[in-house]
Order: sequence, then C-alpha cells, then structure tokens
Amino acid sequence: MSDLKNFDGLVSIREIEGQGMLVVRGDFSAPAFREAVCALAGVDFPEQRQAVVRDGRGLLWMSPDELMVMLPRAEASRARADLAAKLADQHALVGDVSDARVHFQIEGRVVRETIAKLAPVDMHPDVFAPGTLRRTRFGQVATAVWLLDERTARVFCFRSVRDYMAKLLAVAADEKSEVAYFQK
Amino acid sequence: MSTRVAKGGRLIDRSKTIEFTFNGKRFQGHAGDTLASALLSANQMLVGRSFKYHRPRGIVASGVEEPNAIVNLGEGNKHEPNQRATTTELFHGLTATSQNHWPSLEYDVGAVNGLLGRFLTAGFYYKTFIHPRPFWKHIYEPFIRQSAGLGKAPDPETRDPDHYEHFYAFVDVLVVGGGVAGLQAAKAAAVSGKRVMLIEQTAHWGGRAVVDGGEIDGKPVDTWVNDTLQALEGMENVRIRSRMMGAGVYDHGYVLGYERVNDHAPEIGGPRHRLWRIRAKQIVTATGALERPLSFAGNDIPGVMLASAVRDYLVNYGVSPGDRTVVVTNNDDAYRTAIALKQAGLAVPCIIDARHEGGGQLMKEAQALGIRVEMGHGIAKVHGGKRVSGVSLCRQNGEGNVLEDIDCDAVAMSGGWSPVVHLWSHNGGKLTWDADKAFFKPDPSRAPIGDDGKPNVITAGAASGHLRLKDLLEDADNAGKTSAGLEAASDAPTGSDADEVALEPVWLMPSGAHYGLRLKAWLDYQNDVKVSDVQLAAREGYESVEHTKRYTTLGMATDQGKLSNINGLAILSGALGADIPNVGTTTFRPPYTTISMGAITGDARGDLFHPVRKTPISDWSIAHGADLEPVGDWRRPYTYLRDGETRETAVIREIKATRESVGLLDASTLGKIIVKGPDAGRFMDMLYTNMMSSLKPGKCRYGLMCSENGFLSDDGVVARIDEDTFLCHTTTGGADRIHAHMEEWLQTEWWDWKVYTANVTEQYAQIGVVGPNARKLLEKLGGMDVSKEAMAFMEWKDGELAGFPVRVYRISFSGELSYEVSVPASQGRALWDKLMEEGKEFNATPYGTEALHVMRAEKGFIMIGDETDGTVIPQDLGLHWAISKKKDDYIGKRAQTRRFMDNADRWQLVGLETVDGSVLPDGAYAVAAGKNANGQRNTQGRVTSTYYSPTLEKGIAMGLVHNGPQRMGEVIPFMKDDGETVVEAKIVNAVFYDPEGEKQNV
Amino acid sequence: MLIFTCPYCGVAAEETELAAGGEAHLTRFGPGSSDDDFESYLFTRENPKGVHFERWRHVYGCGKWFHAARCTVSNEVFGTYSAQTTEPTAEIRETISKKRPGWSWRDMNGEG
Repeated sequence: MSDLKNFDGLVSIREIEGQGMLVVRGDFSAPAFREAVCALAGVDFPEQRQAVVRDGRGLLWMSPDELMVMLPRAEASRARADLAAKLADQHALVGDVSDARVHFQIEGRVVRETIAKLAPVDMHPDVFAPGTLRRTRFGQVATAVWLLDERTARVFCFRSVRDYMAKLLAVAADEKSEVAYFQK
Repeated sequence: MSTRVAKGGRLIDRSKTIEFTFNGKRFQGHAGDTLASALLSANQMLVGRSFKYHRPRGIVASGVEEPNAIVNLGEGNKHEPNQRATTTELFHGLTATSQNHWPSLEYDVGAVNGLLGRFLTAGFYYKTFIHPRPFWKHIYEPFIRQSAGLGKAPDPETRDPDHYEHFYAFVDVLVVGGGVAGLQAAKAAAVSGKRVMLIEQTAHWGGRAVVDGGEIDGKPVDTWVNDTLQALEGMENVRIRSRMMGAGVYDHGYVLGYERVNDHAPEIGGPRHRLWRIRAKQIVTATGALERPLSFAGNDIPGVMLASAVRDYLVNYGVSPGDRTVVVTNNDDAYRTAIALKQAGLAVPCIIDARHEGGGQLMKEAQALGIRVEMGHGIAKVHGGKRVSGVSLCRQNGEGNVLEDIDCDAVAMSGGWSPVVHLWSHNGGKLTWDADKAFFKPDPSRAPIGDDGKPNVITAGAASGHLRLKDLLEDADNAGKTSAGLEAASDAPTGSDADEVALEPVWLMPSGAHYGLRLKAWLDYQNDVKVSDVQLAAREGYESVEHTKRYTTLGMATDQGKLSNINGLAILSGALGADIPNVGTTTFRPPYTTISMGAITGDARGDLFHPVRKTPISDWSIAHGADLEPVGDWRRPYTYLRDGETRETAVIREIKATRESVGLLDASTLGKIIVKGPDAGRFMDMLYTNMMSSLKPGKCRYGLMCSENGFLSDDGVVARIDEDTFLCHTTTGGADRIHAHMEEWLQTEWWDWKVYTANVTEQYAQIGVVGPNARKLLEKLGGMDVSKEAMAFMEWKDGELAGFPVRVYRISFSGELSYEVSVPASQGRALWDKLMEEGKEFNATPYGTEALHVMRAEKGFIMIGDETDGTVIPQDLGLHWAISKKKDDYIGKRAQTRRFMDNADRWQLVGLETVDGSVLPDGAYAVAAGKNANGQRNTQGRVTSTYYSPTLEKGIAMGLVHNGPQRMGEVIPFMKDDGETVVEAKIVNAVFYDPEGEKQNV
Repeated sequence: MLIFTCPYCGVAAEETELAAGGEAHLTRFGPGSSDDDFESYLFTRENPKGVHFERWRHVYGCGKWFHAARCTVSNEVFGTYSAQTTEPTAEIRETISKKRPGWSWRDMNGEG
C-alpha cells in the first residue's frame, strides 16, 4: 500500500479531492439563516444528524448550531465571502475549512462492516440509514461519516491525520478479514 | 496407558492425520483433535510441572478450566506462553513445549522443592525473606524472580507478525454459550424478531449434553442440536459465531467477545483474533457448569482427571486416558463416565462413591454392567509418581486407614458441579448458596443492571444451577423469552435424562484425613496450594477469603481457580467453623480466560499505534533531514540535520543563518481559533488577562490565558480581524485544549453571550519568515506591500505573495524582523517550496524547534511548558504588563488575589548566567542552607530553560528564583544531577539579546 | 463502559466518545467573592454514594456539553439534560424521586 490515496481490498478506498467545505454557525431557527444556507447549497435544510448531499453539494447537520456546507472546492472561497455578507446582520460565523479536512469514499459490498471495525457505532441497516451523519471516532481520531447508499460511505477527518486514516481504513479493508456480520 | 481406542470420537476425522511436535518430539493426531486429546492418544499424560514444587503434572480437564496442560505454543515471533492444550485445536506443524521445568520435563531439578514441601507452606516467602531487610533487594528478590514465572516471555526484539482487529456490534440479546441451554435461549429470543447473537467459545455446539446423552423432544441430543443450529442459521435476525468467548461483562451492557479467528488454521490468513466490543440490551449467560475435583492425597498425580473430562476424551476424541480407571465421586453424574468406559471395552475396577447410600438409576446401570461399587468409601491416597499406579480405598468417614489397594492407571473424580457464574458476577450480579446442590448460583433477585436501572443479565441452564436436561431447557427457554421481552410460555422442548439422587458434599476425602494426607491433597494444581495450606492460613488469622487467596496464592494461577476456588473456600470455612455462604467467594473479574494482548491492541500498532499529525510541510521536512520531536501529537523538526552534523552543530547553523540573514519555520502547528460575535470582545476580555476588546482591527497583541485557578495555561498572538472577529493563536499543544476551554465557558457559563468559535488550525499552513532579510525575501515574491510603513510591527494584512492568497502577521518570537505567512493548507507546501527557491540567494535556512527555543530564550520570551508547569502565575514571570488592571474580571483573576499569589515572596523569573560560561543542567535546583522537614536540602529556585547561545557564545538560562528580580547580580549555587557538584550562576535580566527590541522593529 | 444520550444531537454515545467534566451546577465566584465562597467553588466537591449530577462533553461528536444524572453505585442513568441551566430540571428531579425516593444532593432533595 504505497499509495495512501487509493486502496482496494474488501472495499475500495479513495481520497476525494476538490471537496470544498464551509463551517457555518448560526441560529437554525432564523428563517433568513436557513434560506441563505439552503440557497447556497441547493438542498433542503437538514434535520438533526442529517446529511443532505447531492453530487458533492449539500448541507451536513454537525450540531444544533453548526452546519457544514459542501460545495466544489473552487467555489469555496468566494461562497464564504458571499454567505458571510448575506448573514452580516445576524449573529453567525462562516469559515472556509476546505483545507482543514480530507475526505475518503469507501465503496463496496461490506462498507458497513468496514466502518464497524473502527467506530463505536451501530451500523445495522435498520439503525444507520443512508443520509444519517454520525460524528464519532475512527480508531483514535475524530471522524464524521455518512452513507450515500448501501454500498458507499463518505468519511472525513482532519487533514493532519490523513495518513493515519488512510492506513486505518486499509487495514480494516484487508482482503482476508471479512466478518460476515451484516450480510451472512 | 492413555491411547486411542478403536472406535468412536464424534469430533475427529480418523482419515486425516495431523503432525505436530511437543518438546521437539514428533507426534500425530487427527483432524478435530485438541492438542490435549492428541497428546493423550500418544500416551503423553505428563505435560508440565507445577509452579512451586515442580511436581509432575498431567492433563486434568478437557476445556478452559485446565490448570496443568499449559504450554508454550509456536516459535520465534509466533511464540506464545501459557496456552491451554485443552483448548488448542490441532493444526499441521503446531509446535508446543512444556513449561516450568529444568533441564527436562522428565527430570526436573526443581522437584527437590517437593521434598521440602513440608516447609514450603503458605506464606513461606513472606515469612522467610522478610529479614534482614537489605537482603531482599540483592539476594532474595533476584533468586525468587529466577525461579518464579510460568512460561517463557516472548523475545522483546521480536514483533508479532499477526494482524488483530476490533469489531463493534450492537444487539438486543446476546447469548453467551452454545450448549443446549444457549441454543434454546437464542431460539426462544429469536422468535421476537429482535437482533440476537449467540456465541460459543469452542468450535462445537451442544456443550456437555451431546456427550452426556439423554433426549430432547424425543430425539437424541445431537440431532436436536443440529436441527436447532440450522434453524438459527436460517433466521435473518440471528448471528451465531463459534470460537468466540464471552470474555467480560461491563457497565451498560458492554460485553467483550474474544474471537479466535484462525488459531485453529493459521494458513487461512486474515486477523488472528478479533475483539468484539458488543453492546447488548440483554445478556443471557448460558455458560454451563464446571466439575469440581475431590481433595484426596495424591489427587495431583498425572492420571487423576475430572470424570467429565475422561468422558469427553472418550466420546469426543476416541481417546481413553487409562486402561484401568477408578471412578471416585459424591454424585450420580460420574457413573456416566464409568458406564461409557465399560461400554468402550475398558476396565473400571471400582466406583468409589462417598455416599453411604450410593446413587440411583445410573448406579444400577453400572452395577448391571458388572462394575464394582463401593459406597461410603473414599480414596485414602493415590499411588504413583509421574503416573497413577493405584489407589488405596478407605472409609469416607475416617482418618484414612487403608482397607485395600486397587491397581489402576487413571482416576476419574467428581466432586459435583459449580455453575459458571463469572459473567453474571462481572458487573455486580450476586450469588446465593444452594445447600442441596452444594454450589453458589446466581441470585436472580440481585441481577446486574443496565443504564435504565433494570436487570440486563439473565442466566440460562446449568449456569442458573439447573443440571438436569428437563430443568435446564425450561430455564433456558424462559431466559430467552424474558430477554426478548416475550411472555413466558410452557412450550420449551422436553428433555429427558437418567434420574439422579442428590449428591453429598465432600470437601475432604476421607473426611477426617490426617495431616500427612492433607499435606498431599491438592486444591490448586498449578500453584501448589493444598488443603493443609488453607487450613494453616485460617489458623494464622486469615479469615477473609480474599486475604487467604493472596496469602496462599489459591486461585491465582493462569486458570484463576476455576477448579480450586470452591473447594478451597469450603476448606477455609471448615477451618474457620463458619458456613460457606458466610465466608463468601473471591471476586470474579474479567476476562473469563486470558485473551491475547494483540486482540486488546487491535490495529493500534506500528504506524497506527498513535495518530501522528502532519503539517503540509512535514513530508518536505522529513525528506530534508528533519530530526523529529513530539509536540502534542505532532512531530516537529527539532533541527534539520545535514551531512556530518550533530544536533548541536545543526542548531547553531540554523540560528546563525536566521540571525544573519533569513530562516524559515514551519509554524503550521500553532493553534488558530476564530472567535466571532457581538460579544466577542467581552468574551476575549474574560479569556485573556490582557484587555483584548481594545485591540484595533488590523492589529496583533500577545496575550495570556489562565485557568480559573490562576495558573498560566496558554499564550499566543491575537489578531483582530474586524469589529466582531478575533483570531487567537495558541501554542502547538494547546489548540484543541483551548478551543474546548472556550466552548466550555460559552456553553456552560455564559450561554447567553453571542459568541461563536471555530477551530481552523488545520485550514492554514503558517510559515515563519525570520531574519534581517525576511522583508527582502517577501518583496522578491512580490504581490503585497510588506514595508515598515505598510505593515508595522504587530500588524497583519491580507494579500497575495507570489500569487498565493496569504494573511501576513508581522510578529516575532525571535527578536528579528519577522513575518508569519498564513496560506490555505493545500497551498502550504507550494509556498514553502517557493520561499526556499527564492530564498537561495539569502541562504534561506529552515530551522527547527530547538533553534526557535534558543532564539526566544535569548530574547527572554517564556515558553508554555518550560517556564510554566501548572503552578506558575503570570505575575511570577514578570508579565504584569500583560495583565490588565482595568478589567473587573478575567478567568483566573479571583484566584490571583489569594494571599499566597498576590505576594512578592514567590519564586520569580530571572535570567541566569553561569560564572564559567557553561550551560546549566535543565531543571537543576538552586540549593539553599539547611534542610526541610523531610531531610532534603532546601531550595531557592530552579532552571526552567537552559541553552547554549551561539549568538552570545555562552550558556544562558532562565529560572524561577525566590525573590529573583530583587536579587540581580547575586550568585547562587545550582546542584547537578549527581547531588554533589555545584554550578554557580549569576542572577541577570532574562533578556539577553537586543533588549531594546531594535532588530524586530525595523 | 457507560453510555449517555447527548441531548443536543440525540446520539447514545459511549464513554470513549465523551469527556467527563466533573460535578454539575457550580456557581462561579469571581473577583470580590469571599475566600470561603471561592474555595468551595474551585475545590469543594460532592462525593455522593447514590444520586449525582455531572457534566459531560460529547467531544467525539457534536462537541456540546450536557448534564447527566447518574447513580454512582449502580451507574443507572436517570437522564441527560441541557447544559444551559443552573440546576437540575424539574423533570429530571421527578424521575429521580420515582426511582430513588428520599434522595438528596447538596441542599436539594426529592421533596424539594
């Protein structure tokens, strides 16, 4: 595994480049706030712990007063300034954190199982449905994860621990380590 | 002799031969064998030596409770000590060696200890080696360490080549134990549709019942087991796994499962062990029961085994432990062993039943087969050395007068059964004494509870204390239904087995055994604890079972007393004249049996042992000679080593290059936190000791943060971005901690203040461009005006440099003209490369943390963690200028008004210069006259930072000295590590270099 | 290993995702307060056998602080609630009163 950006085992692991992100803190009950972020992301405002993302653009519910706006990285700097200006008359914080985090896409038959090796999270299909965002830890680092569909998960962590995360995922996806838990 | 019989062995495949070695000798077994059954089939009964007396030890049991057959497995980097032969599945090429013997298993020098057995009694080590005191360290301890310890520790230089992993599972019902009770409990629970998981520690299902016989719903037990297993496998909501032990039950339904994935077949690869971290809403422990040995003289001689184990080897593996087996018992169950042996064509000279009336239906069956039964009798002693050669018969109610000697080469003993209550007990489940059956069993009215305060563990089958098939199936069915929230219904499968009459408790055989017999009646085989030792402990005042355990080492061996605890406890209660329930048990602690360190570690090894944080420039640094040091979870270059350099010469080169021209520092690790909102200024004034609300946008200010206890916690430069927004720089190690500190105050104290924070540390790479040519270098990059006029000292600006979008802070931690350039992290490396390239003409030199430290010390700047240690307040460091007097409050202000803090009579920061120009030892104390209450030298200060300054060409230091600032010019003595050599140093101003600040302000 | 449900994001988080923050509902004493008040604010802590109120932070999660009421003997969790309150909610006190009649904590009790 010389290349940390790509690994193929029980699942495939790809580092996603070009994902832009804005951290937005503000009052979720304020209509102007909701309108502004929804207009920028082009999706509905997320419910608690929801990830509403389409084609790399959308909103992640991070906490009761924090959203992550997902958008193409090339747009992030400008979008930050625009959104900050739009929210200038209310109490809100907008920051471009596109470079603070790295994203990995995990794809394959046993995507749930791969995550269940690393995170103290119930990955059972009845409990963890696509579109649910979970902030947790993978191994020893803070991570957020959601499922795009039954075969695909998106994971992000801080940039400084990218190498750790890439290796951790690769070890969990070792060809011979199938648990056969969620799928018999 | 022990051998493979012609027929039988339900678990082995006689068509497949497996080769292995034991103590270097080649052996053969069959597929399906355990190491123990294969050794027995080759008449290798002797498998080890005991811990204290080095007595010969043979296989006693057939499962996890085995105390004797403990071996080293594997070689080289696969070597692992203290593995049980009884739970080791045989595979091709397995290598095992016995433990605790020298020079060989057959001829052991240490066995001489056995001859001294009369003297090596309980507490021997404590009593003998306590005096004279100095002998302990130099004579006794090394000797004892030499002779103690079981097995060979792996070579510390080898690395375990295997892979281990964890898995998080969440279930509604976890059933531990795959015997008939566990299977039925799982089946009953599964009907609910809830998520059910069933785990079994061995490779096989059905537990004891498949060996013991009987019928369930009119079918043979193994047919029922297969049917039930198949039904469970077909259910979508059920997961079943074998070779997985329930290791421990913890708070809130947390259970550790230890799966031995490929121990039985290393060639299949993948993880060797998998540690399951299971969260179960309800836990059913169907952990069965363990048979108890009987305490008679010579019960440790190889060939004396548990009756159930003899039966297991015969039925499961087609192995007979002996040709002539005497059965000794206080219950009916052991008759099954005699019957099985007889039916296999083996000799059973006698069944010795301690009960006057003997047994029931099974006894009649045995008698009908022609087996002699002696009721009301016991074994006075066993004959033999490395193997049983016979037993002496005596009356059970006597002192051991020998009535008759009976020739035999094996003894099958049964002292009754004890439910396995470990998992029930781990998280607080209580026990009750069942006097009729003579065992402790779980008390369902005092069950362990979950987070909702309701019972979350329920026992099933033999683990509840039900030993008969009918009872235990009904109990298991009920446990399964209860755990799944289903109504109890009387539709449990019907079990039927032979009628039994009650057992009679026998704790010593014969009941009046004289001292000579008690001295040879073993309780704990591995640790050599005998009936006489426990009685001695009781006489010497050890009334608590926990104390007796530790004094005698009863139950402290690798088997953790699975066989010995109840017998030992009964002996203790007898000696104390107390009831067994009043003496109580020792504490049952997880894990149930040992689990591997590899499984606990999981993937956290090698590169994944700890997450190491990297900056965008780290890879460049590593490729350019960086000698890394840990700073928090980061690895920062201490210095960049070039060919032929030492750390010291490299640091000197970096400092000179920086002070003379320009140095580059990867400062990306510094914490960067945005604080924004209408109340941001007010909040900043509370966080920092300084007045931050007065800072103008575009300006920077150095600030201090204290804990509420007044102590200096962190420092850094604050930049005001706009009216509502501040950017706080923290120390490298402080970013996450300070961000959490801010959020804590905002969320839990001042939640009505309108402030948001965001930790953007990793969004930016930050590069220090430092030295007299710093401006020239930035001007060469071009794009923004960095002149003195455009950007004064302690100002910041957004702009572009060489096309990079940057924010430039004109701040200095070195005393030089200095800029810190911040750029989005993804462009950090490119900017660094550009600076290196364009900086060639200025000899731009990357420098590490040591050069950074020396340069800041030359300027008298403090460093969090050097000058501070959690007991230092800013006033101690002469930082009064950074503590606002105008503010009513800040975090730590109240604390700093306490008498002992608001006081000049403290250790305070000064500079230190050795009289001879040498470098003071780091952390050295300045000694004072006299001694303190503990007889230690009084002190008057200590060194907090000390370096060789290449700029000043001498040693410089900072330190905290009692009333230091008032003692300028005084020479005080510092003590070196050796406690003898004194180094004299003069108290001076801590600013050694450019005290007027002319160099940074150009 | 304990589980608490974070009242902010709704996750039932295990202990490894949380950070313990000590005793709940301390009143801050700042400049001008008496030595006794300041000492009790900084250093004097309850060490109850039974009902206890604590602060926890969902650190590997939404990052929010919250309060939890727990039995220190059995680890029964009576509930979790907002960090933005200076005393246990009426609801949580009622829950505890049902489960531990006659409980008390500091100068609080089941009846009060």
